[in-house]
This record gives sequence, C-alpha cells and structure tokens, in this order.
Amino acid sequence: MTQAVATGSATAARGFEPVIGLEVHAQLLTRSKMFCACSADYAGKQPNDNTCPVCLGHPGVLPVINRRAVEFTVRTALALDCEIASFTKFDRKNYFYPDLPKGYQISQYDLPLSRDGHLEFQLDGALVRCGITRVHLEEDTGTMHHEGDVLQRATSSLVDLNRSGVPLMEIVGEPDLRSPEAAREYLIRLRQILVYIGVNDGNLEKGSFRCDANVSLRPAGTESLGTKVEVKNMNSFRAVHRALEYEVQRQAGVLAAGGALAQETRGWVEAEGRTVSQRSKEYAHDYRYFPEPDLPPLQLDEAFVERVRSELPELPEARRLRFQSQYGLKPYDASVLTATREEADAYEELVAAGVPAKLAANWQMVEVAALANELRVTLAQSGLGVKGLAELLTLLDAGTINGPTAKELLAELYLGGGDPGAIVSARGLAQVSDESELAALVEAAIAENEAAVADLRAGKEKALARLVGHVMKATQGKANSQLVNKLLRERLGG
Amino acid sequence: MSETPSTLRQLASQLRQRLVSPRELLDDAYAHIESTEPRLHAYLTLTRELAERQADDAERRLRDGDPSPLCGIPIALKDVLCVEGSETTAGSKILAGYRPPYTATAVERLFAAGAVCVGKTNCDEFAMGSSNENSAYGPVGNPWDVERVPGGSSGGSAATVAAGSVTCSLGSDTGGSIRQPAALCGVVGFKPTYGRVSRYGLIAFASSLDQIGPLTRSVEDCATVFSVIAGHDERDSTSSTAPVEDPLPGLDAGVRGLRVGVPDEYFAQGLEQGVRSRVEDAMRELERLGAELVRVSLPSSDYALATYYIIAPAECSSNLARYDGVRFGMREQRPSLLDMYMTTRDHGFGPEVKRRIMLGTYALSSGYYDAYYRKAQKVRTVIAREFARVFEDVDALVAPTSPSVAFPMGDRSDPLSMYLCDVITIPANLAGLPAISVPCGFVDDLPVGLQIIAPRFQDARVFRVAHAYERATEWHRVASPLAPAA
Repeated sequence: MTQAVATGSATAARGFEPVIGLEVHAQLLTRSKMFCACSADYAGKQPNDNTCPVCLGHPGVLPVINRRAVEFTVRTALALDCEIASFTKFDRKNYFYPDLPKGYQISQYDLPLSRDGHLEFQLDGALVRCGITRVHLEEDTGTMHHEGDVLQRATSSLVDLNRSGVPLMEIVGEPDLRSPEAAREYLIRLRQILVYIGVNDGNLEKGSFRCDANVSLRPAGTESLGTKVEVKNMNSFRAVHRALEYEVQRQAGVLAAGGALAQETRGWVEAEGRTVSQRSKEYAHDYRYFPEPDLPPLQLDEAFVERVRSELPELPEARRLRFQSQYGLKPYDASVLTATREEADAYEELVAAGVPAKLAANWQMVEVAALANELRVTLAQSGLGVKGLAELLTLLDAGTINGPTAKELLAELYLGGGDPGAIVSARGLAQVSDESELAALVEAAIAENEAAVADLRAGKEKALARLVGHVMKATQGKANSQLVNKLLRERLGG
Repeated sequence: MSETPSTLRQLASQLRQRLVSPRELLDDAYAHIESTEPRLHAYLTLTRELAERQADDAERRLRDGDPSPLCGIPIALKDVLCVEGSETTAGSKILAGYRPPYTATAVERLFAAGAVCVGKTNCDEFAMGSSNENSAYGPVGNPWDVERVPGGSSGGSAATVAAGSVTCSLGSDTGGSIRQPAALCGVVGFKPTYGRVSRYGLIAFASSLDQIGPLTRSVEDCATVFSVIAGHDERDSTSSTAPVEDPLPGLDAGVRGLRVGVPDEYFAQGLEQGVRSRVEDAMRELERLGAELVRVSLPSSDYALATYYIIAPAECSSNLARYDGVRFGMREQRPSLLDMYMTTRDHGFGPEVKRRIMLGTYALSSGYYDAYYRKAQKVRTVIAREFARVFEDVDALVAPTSPSVAFPMGDRSDPLSMYLCDVITIPANLAGLPAISVPCGFVDDLPVGLQIIAPRFQDARVFRVAHAYERATEWHRVASPLAPAA
C-alpha cells in the first residue's frame, strides 16, 4: 500500500509522466580479468598490487579475451530473453582519465554480444515489462583516491589500478519505466537474476552492481519524449528511489514554471538528498569509437549458445510460479522462498527429503530466517545444514518430537551441528504420546486446578491452556499437546 | 669499397667450430659500434650488461652442443621492442627513462635461441617517419653516405647491419619501415604476413598494420631469423594459429616456372630513373632465371597512400593515448590534471607524432568517421581484393621498394613528399602481405632495393624468389664504406 501511495505522488507530478531508463554495470564473477591473467577479485589487496603490464596499459601490451566473461554475458543475455549475436566485436572508447590506463576502454559499440530482450515483474499487482536494449561486455576502470573531500577541491589524487580490467557487463534498459518505484523494482529483479545465475555478487555499496538512470518527463497521456537527464552516483536501491523521486519533482517544478530542462548529467548527493549538475551536453565526450584492432571479431557458434542456454538455471520468476502450483504456497511465501537461489534450493531439498511443503515453508521462513539473520549464517553455511534441518523437521512431522523441542534443538544445533535423531534418543526428548500415561496426568491436572476447570465450564476457553500447561510441565515439555487437548476435552466434555 | 662483411650464417659456423667465441664476437661488435657511432648514431641504448650475460650463456650452450643458428650471434633491436629492464623509448622524449617490466615475444624467442642483444636502435619517434629524422634523439646517418638519411622508421636497425656492426637486427614495418630503410642502406629487410609474428611487446603505432621483421645481409639469414620469431603467440590474439612453413628447406627451389607479376602502377608514381633501371635489370635477371614476367594492374593503388594516412593515424591517435604522464615516462607536473596532460604531451611528442595524432583524432570524430575511417576501411578491403585477384594469376609480384635512393638529410621538409617515400610499400601493409626488399644495384654509389611481394602466408615463397635473385647477383656482397675489414 505504501508503494501505491508513492507511485501516486510521482505520477501526480503536476500532470507529467516520468520516463525512466536504467543502465546497469555489473562486474562478472570470473576468476581472471577481462583481458589479462590478473585476479578479478581485488578485495583487500594493497593498491596497485593486483596488476600486470596488460591492465596497467604498458606500451606494447595486447588484450586477450576472457572466454568465461563472454559465457557469463551470454548467460545473462539469455536470462533476459535477448537475441545473441553470431558475429560480435570489441571497440575502443577513447577518453582521457587517470583511472583509464590505456586512454581508451575496450567496450562494444555497434555490434554488442546481444540485444532486444526484456525483463518482466509485478508491481502493485500489475505486470511491468521493461525492454532490454542490449547486454554487452567491457572492462572496468581503476579507482581514484582524492586528497580532500571531493575531486573539485582535491589537492592531489592517487590512482589504484587493481580494478582496472575487471570484466564489466553493461545492461542497457529501454525507457519503459514510469515511476521511481518501477525503477527500483526493475533493479531488484535484475540484481536477483544476476546473482541467481551466478554471474555477479549484486553488491551496490561496493559497486560491483552499479546503476545510472536516464530520466525525462512528458505530459501525462502523450507519447513524446522530453529532455533527458542522466543521474549517477546512486549506490543503494534506496538511493535510486530517492534520487529518481527528487529528479522527477525537480524536473516537474522546472517544467511547471514554464522553464526548459538542460540535457546534462547530474550526480545524486546522498547527504543532501538532491541531484547536482556535473556536466552539460556542450561538454559531452566524443568517444571516437572504432573497432579494436588488437582483437579479431568474435564468432559465437550456435552450439556454444545452446550449451549456455541448456545450463541456465530456472529463473526466480519461473521458480516462484512453480512453487505456488507445485507446493501450494501463497504468492508471498513463494517469492520469499525463491528470493535467492540458495534459499530456493534449500526449500526444495527439505521437501524432497519428505518434509511436508507447508511445514518446510513455515520453518524456513520463520525460525530459520530469524536464526540466519541473528547469527549472519545462512542455513546452507550452518553446522546443521539443510540435511540436518530436514531430519529435525521429519522428527517433528512424525510426532517423535513436539514443536517446542524442535525449536530448542534448531537453536542449539544451528551453529554446532549434530545428528537430531541421535540427540533426541540420547536425551529422551521424544514426545510423550502414550494415551494412558497422559490420561493419568490429565486427571491430576483436573484435580489440582479446580478454578481452571470451573472457568472452562463457564465458557472461558482460555482456561484450557492452563490445564495443558500443567501437563506439559509434568512432562518437561515433552507431552504431545494435541493429544493432551483431546483428552482434556473428552474428559471435561468440551 | 671493403670486403664482403660476414653473414649470420658464417658467424654461426665459426662459433660452432670454436674459431671465435660469443664474447669475442660481442667485443668486435662493440668496438665497431664505438668507431662508427659518432657518424651513424644508430643506437639509442647499448645493453652491455645484458649482452655480456647472454654471451656467457651462449658460450655454455655452444659447449653443450646447442644447435640453434642464433646461439651467440650479436643482434640489435629497434627501440620500439620491449626488453625487460632496458630503457625503451620508441625514439620519443615522452618515454625517456622508461624501462619495460616485460620482454616482447619476438625478442624472447631470439633470446631463447641464444641471440646476444648489443643494444636498442634509433628510429623515428613511435616508428612514424621515412628518414629517421623524426627521432627525438637525433637522426641516423646512412653508412653509404652519412650526410644522407638511412630511411625509416627502422633506420638505426638498417644502418647498423649495413655498417657491419651486427649481422641481424629487428625492425617494425607499418607502411614500409623495414623495407624502405633496408633498400636505402643496401641490406635485406622482410615484413612478414600480418599475424605471422607476435606483436606482443612491440610499442604500437598502428595495430592493424604493424609487423616485426628481420634486417640482415642475406636472404638466408633473414629466413633463419624469421623462422625463429614466427608463429602463434597466445598473448597476441591477432597472431595466426596456422602452422609456419619453414622457409629454409625450399630456399633453393629457384624461380623457374613461377609467374611473377609486374604491377604497372608501381612504376609510375615519381619513380627515379636510376631506380627504375636497376629494378628493370633485376626483373630481366629473374626472367633469365626462368621466371615468367607478367604485366598486371592494381588500379586502386592510387588510393593506398590516402587510405593509409587515415587508418594509421586513427589507430595511432588511440594507441598513443596511454602516454599521459600518469604512470610512466615523462610528466610535466602542473596544478591541474588537464594542464598536466596537455603540457606533458606537448613537450613529450615531436611534430610528426602530433600531426598524426591530430589527423587520426579528426578522422575518428563524430560526424567524420563515416567519411574518413569507414571509407578508408572499405578502400582497404578493395585493395586487398585486388591483390587476391592478381594472385590468382601470378605467384609473386616485383616492384621497386622505394621510389628514390637515400636523400640528403633535411631534403624533405614537406610532410607529403616524405609520405610519398612509402607509396610502393604501403599496399602490402594494407593487405597484410609478406614482402621483402633485397639489394639490386646502385645509383651513384647509393643502394637500390627490389621488392618482392607474395600472397598472405606465402612468406616462404618471398624468400625463395629473393634467394634465387640474390644467388645470381653480387649486390649483397658489396660492403658499405663503414663496414669492418673481414
């Protein structure tokens, strides 16, 4: 409901409709860099330690294409229903900046690896379909460290080329998004897919998943396109949403006052909650793209594309729908359980081990989720593991242990691990389901709780719990509570 | 004129017979370099320490019976080839003091074969020029007349072989930069098929045209060095994976029965009369040896120079962007980044390099790309197709290498007249063809070169024709006035 309200505020931007297109840059989880053998994982390394003559742009060096990066890009393109080019090539994008050691970035210009895909997602109960213009492959730049708070006031700058040459995938979306909420949802879904198919770690803060937005407004109900503003520097989903909200309102204000918008690049300043102009069109770069002469064109044969297609895992949206129909889960539960591939795999493993679908869903979403969140350890990484949980829930389902015992065991074994079945028998934790044994305890409970019995007879249903509690206490919590309930009602004629 | 200087083959044989040691050959080379350098200025750096180490290694290897023909042979490398730890400047001030952290593949292969590197040779800045006058470190003299240019851009590499300091050097050829100086200095110079020799470690001028090749005093030596440096390199994606045909076994096969094409267009453009008659003599010699001469036409040749001067500068404008003062080489410290970039590049690059960067930047600019770069690429394809068509009918082509003999220093101050030096060598680069220049006589005591061109990957055929001609003539035996007494 909050989303619906927010959508209303944006579209009610004084009669204007926002037109938003997103460009996403995602670092690929390859072992090595795009064009050399250096590690693509530069986290925690000393500055300029993760480099070689190739990614430092020394005179005379040449690039060699990382085949795995090509495969990851094709995998992504297929997940986004793109057409894969059979003939593709790399181009040079020329500009000067200290974090770009060669003075050009090897990218793809007119013949990208793929184009014409789309991403569909639900927003406020409606299906949104956003076109994907293209998915192409390029190399990341290094990073700059400025002495002073911002570049404009920096007294000196240091360059770190550890990131230089890391494979970078650019996913260009069509301007099909009509609200900041739609933009945020698109990003969440896109990130989910990339993480799902194992090509990207989806970290916005660290910048392995980055987003720029193109925003314009047009009078609601028209098909014209207004002056486009590019917004950069957004490094969280929240920042994307806030920046776009701000930008839509800013543009609406200018237009409503009869003003004209400048075609420019604006940066989101998180602390100030506003966008500021960085570069206007007059200073736009002429990148002088031309085909990279150091790399022959790439021919992707059909067998390769088909192999990548066949290895593509089931995507989150398809899996969510299947979870609903196959396991009878509610839409919300299905989407929570398919949020990550690890989560969904764990769920299916539980069900495959014989745990009833509803029971598995409830435990995974409530008890396990709480522990995972508290301890910062996922189920798969935990000592108990998916197998251990399956065993625990099977004991619960079979009535061998009751719910409270299962919860205690889960908390105890989550980190340390252990065999739930063995522990239950060793410690005598099995639930008491012997009817004659429980009947005697029920009699004792009735005899010792006259007040509760009277309340119950007077129609105070809550009093039943006090009697059940008495039996539970007498069995150190191991009594089969359902059976105790049944016996009490029979005995008291409730 | 002095006696015939030694060839690589002769030195290799003396080394193997233990008549001379690698260290002695090296000392001879340095002694000769010392005596000729004041007049030639063929070297930018002498790599004495490296050479002595390599000579001692070669000594051990020869004792152990190393069969490599290059083991213990002193060689020189054009200063566009990276040698780990040795200053490599590409003839430019902007790379003054630069020591590469790695060694070029072709050089690595020579070193692995036991070659001894005496030094880095002078060249036009970033291999851009046809006279060596564009070197930031001063021009090179031609051993036949030190007042004249040795050609370019591999002028130092050609001059040191002609002067007899070394029997072999490596150069690079983007539009004739091996063949033209070889012709002007009276030595053999070979540009392999594009993709035959790895470019890894060659400081790039124009990536789609550059090739590394040897300069020597005999065709056989040239083929020997070529077979060591040729072959696929996984660090150069444009290097071919096709197996290398060893040119040595078929070297003596002769030219009888071969159809040799003579392109009309290559005998038209500003060709000096003396050069024309020497080349025509050479053609008659080939005919006498059994080749059949066939007049052919390559009508698009007229556009080759213009095409080259779009594509090469376009690529160079991008290739030279890395010389920005940030990571290596020269930096002019300034308060702002833009100022630092502009001053560093203004002071670091010479006028011809700047001219080509500007030409190339313009040709790639938005709005001009289609009219210039794209158009030039199309013409390039047409030129390559014309060659392919002609090669359906003939086995090889012959032509002059340079329209003129060595000219006096300072004679060609107009860039266009300088560009015309390469009008007959450029087409082979545009089409990626193997081509050689071999000595074919003299005009006024200045050498003339005969160019032989073959289809792509027929490098061995180039050597075969060149060797047949060389064997029948004595031009390659004539030593320059600076050559040592044998």
